Amino acid sequence: MKTRLFLLCLVAAPLLTGCQNVKPWQRAMLADPVMRADRDPAGQALAEHVYFSREAASGGRGVGGGGCGCN
Amino acid sequence: MVLNSLATLPRRMATALATFAALLGTMAALAGTPKAGEAFPNLADYSLEGAVPDLAGKVVIVDFWASWCGPCKESFPTFKELQEKYGSQGLVVVAISVDEDKGAMDMFLKKHPVPFAVMRDAKQKLAERLDLPTVPVTFILDRTGKIHQMHKSYEGDSTRKEFIAIVEKLLKP
Repeated sequence: MKTRLFLLCLVAAPLLTGCQNVKPWQRAMLADPVMRADRDPAGQALAEHVYFSREAASGGRGVGGGGCGCN
Repeated sequence: MVLNSLATLPRRMATALATFAALLGTMAALAGTPKAGEAFPNLADYSLEGAVPDLAGKVVIVDFWASWCGPCKESFPTFKELQEKYGSQGLVVVAISVDEDKGAMDMFLKKHPVPFAVMRDAKQKLAERLDLPTVPVTFILDRTGKIHQMHKSYEGDSTRKEFIAIVEKLLKP
């Protein structure tokens, strides 16, 4: 019984999976410039500031500082 | 509870499921990217937009590209050069766009006019059949229609030189 159940699960698992790969020829949306996180320099600078301020002592992304948010 | 129900499935159903899975596996194996030495699919079988050029007895470069793809744009001057330099000797360049948006393709071609044949795989059936590993990807076919080489992506001058060397070799009588 256990073997049958195992075999059935083995067959069913790949059929029931919801995973989907994006094929290379389907990447038009992903290649769109609006998908870039750094497309807006001002927005990026603000995000960087918030990031390194909230990360406390981590120093942010390549920015020296103690995380006080004052620089 | 659910598992118990599954375990009591009739043997016939389990066999049918196993057969179906095996069939899917076989289909996946058959539909992979063709390798060097194998025949390239007949373009006329895939309802591509645009006229299929006469490829009989020609050395053919089939390039899959898209208007949103940076390396594709970079590769076009090379294909233009190849078509202009070797076209009279029997080279045919066919650029197949995988753009879903025809307008984007047309706009691209208006900005970058090309001297070679351009087609569009609007339903992306050929792309699926070939299971393209990248975009761009270039297939170079010999005069018998068999794949001599498949080249992934485009790496500038090194790729250009490689294409020229292959084309000159294949064009030799």
